[in-house]
Amino acid sequence: MRPSAMLQLVFFNVTNGLIIGAFYALMAIGLSLILNLSGVINFAHGGFLVIGGYLAYTLTPYLGFWGALLVAPFLTALIGFAVERLLIRRLYGRDPLYSLLLTFGLAFIIEDGTRQIWGANGLPFSVPVALTSPLSYQFFFITGYRMFMVATVAIVVGLLFVLLRYTRIGVRIRAGTLDLETVAALGVNVRALRSLNFAVGIFLAGLAGVLAGGQLGLEPTMGDGLLMPSFIAIVVGGVGSLTGTLLGGLLIGVASGLTAVLFPSASEAVIYVMMAIVLLVRPQGLLGEEGMFT
Amino acid sequence: MTAGQQRHLAVLAAVWAALLLAPYWMPLFGGYTALGSRVLVLGLGAMSVNFLLGFTGVLSFGHAAWFGLGAYGCGLTLKFVGASTPLGLLAGALVGGIAGAILGALLVRRRGIYFAMVTIAFGQVFYYIAFQWSSVTGGDDGLRGFARQPLHFELFQIDLLHNDVSFYYFVLICFAAVLAVMASILRSPFGRTMTAIRENERRARFLGIPIELHIWIAFTLSCFFMAFAGALYALVNNFADPRMLHYSLSGDFVIMAVMGGMRTFWGPLLGAVIFVVLQDYLSSVTVNWMSFIGVLIVLIVLFFPRGVLGLLPQRRTA
Repeated sequence: MRPSAMLQLVFFNVTNGLIIGAFYALMAIGLSLILNLSGVINFAHGGFLVIGGYLAYTLTPYLGFWGALLVAPFLTALIGFAVERLLIRRLYGRDPLYSLLLTFGLAFIIEDGTRQIWGANGLPFSVPVALTSPLSYQFFFITGYRMFMVATVAIVVGLLFVLLRYTRIGVRIRAGTLDLETVAALGVNVRALRSLNFAVGIFLAGLAGVLAGGQLGLEPTMGDGLLMPSFIAIVVGGVGSLTGTLLGGLLIGVASGLTAVLFPSASEAVIYVMMAIVLLVRPQGLLGEEGMFT
Repeated sequence: MTAGQQRHLAVLAAVWAALLLAPYWMPLFGGYTALGSRVLVLGLGAMSVNFLLGFTGVLSFGHAAWFGLGAYGCGLTLKFVGASTPLGLLAGALVGGIAGAILGALLVRRRGIYFAMVTIAFGQVFYYIAFQWSSVTGGDDGLRGFARQPLHFELFQIDLLHNDVSFYYFVLICFAAVLAVMASILRSPFGRTMTAIRENERRARFLGIPIELHIWIAFTLSCFFMAFAGALYALVNNFADPRMLHYSLSGDFVIMAVMGGMRTFWGPLLGAVIFVVLQDYLSSVTVNWMSFIGVLIVLIVLFFPRGVLGLLPQRRTA
């Protein structure tokens, strides 16, 4: 292979990896928010992603793609809010085993429910033509839609970080991550804070579902393959740190993109190897602090 | 002998009698012997998870990995190395147990949710390997082309393949042997220390107990038991497939343990009986069995977190 061709291939896969990584990060940040404040590993996160995608599919005939993109994540968040109020809230303060199992059961129900409502077969989810064309012939792989995905992720995550940093609620969420008891003692309504935070996490899952639907089409099991990389993004980046989760997501995306060039069949396994290395060298994760959930 | 001990012995005798006579009473309730073997093996898996979860208080949500490694280890040995059932079982247990020991060393410093998350993620590595490496593992179609072999003794041999009942008894003997090992470990000073770590890790540490070492040993033992169960499961089906390594099976094992009662020795077996029979039944009557299982899990978590045996008054022993 000519060096320039190799270079282009590497460039292609790194870009690809960054795009996938941005997507993992979107999923993982939602998971991470919920994990940090509520101590819940949300197994149903992939399920909420599926709900978001399918809701957008149903809404598109009425609202168009852009309307669905805006509304579907909100509806998903609303469902998430109800689930937190009705089910998950009861398990705070109990062994984390129980919330893990509850969301595990929820994932079953959501997958089966999706199949019941929308059918077991995959559905196409069409995005506006303006987004599907490649940007240029040389970089044929960077389609408008992928750029749009990355831009959306960047805007939403950026906005989230700004909100967490500069708004009262955001500061409370961050403070609650560090010491929920003290936050409660200062008179903050921790129950409402957790509900809201959970809904925000689910909103991100719903958004990820709409974006993934446009790229890959819809399937009742589409959340499965995306859940594990999100877990790994959190562990690699460091539990407790949202910036770490973002970094972790991008890193494993690039790593699996690069491996796809050199050793294609290992592109799935490499992210696990990365996790093993991180656990060996820096057990708390890249940006994690020792003592968080250890 | 106190009344409590007598009652305990009576219950034990009843459990073993029920297990011994299962091939004879199960058909009366619409069961079949192969289902009995499956329940026993999955029950052994749930008890192995509970060895760690219920008695050391460490939540591994990726134990299907060791189960599946045991299954593949056994299947590949029978297919490529030697046609011997005991050899297959031994190889399966070793493959899963050693892999567990190695990864366990990476994990022991993590606790609680973090431990659960890392075990889920690591478990999936083996799923992907089994899925991708199709030249060896058969990939998505699963590993075929092996079968349980007759047991050879000096004077006679026992056919396990075609005779479901004799295979059931073979499984039962293996099950009993592992249970004996498990129970004696739990009764030993080491087992007491495991419980002490579960009850109060910080106090145990202050007493000078090397916590990480204990958790690592408990984890490794649990992986060995799990892999042995997996190897048996490969024999039950004469088949191994990647779903045996998937985290959703890990979740099933944890649910069995919780459903039956995770602070009890026998609870997970009872949980396995309920779960496997229910799943078998539901999937034969409705396509929506997943919803039913999901709702069942949610209900158990919300209303019966202590499990069936947890509802009984506890004997006052640790």
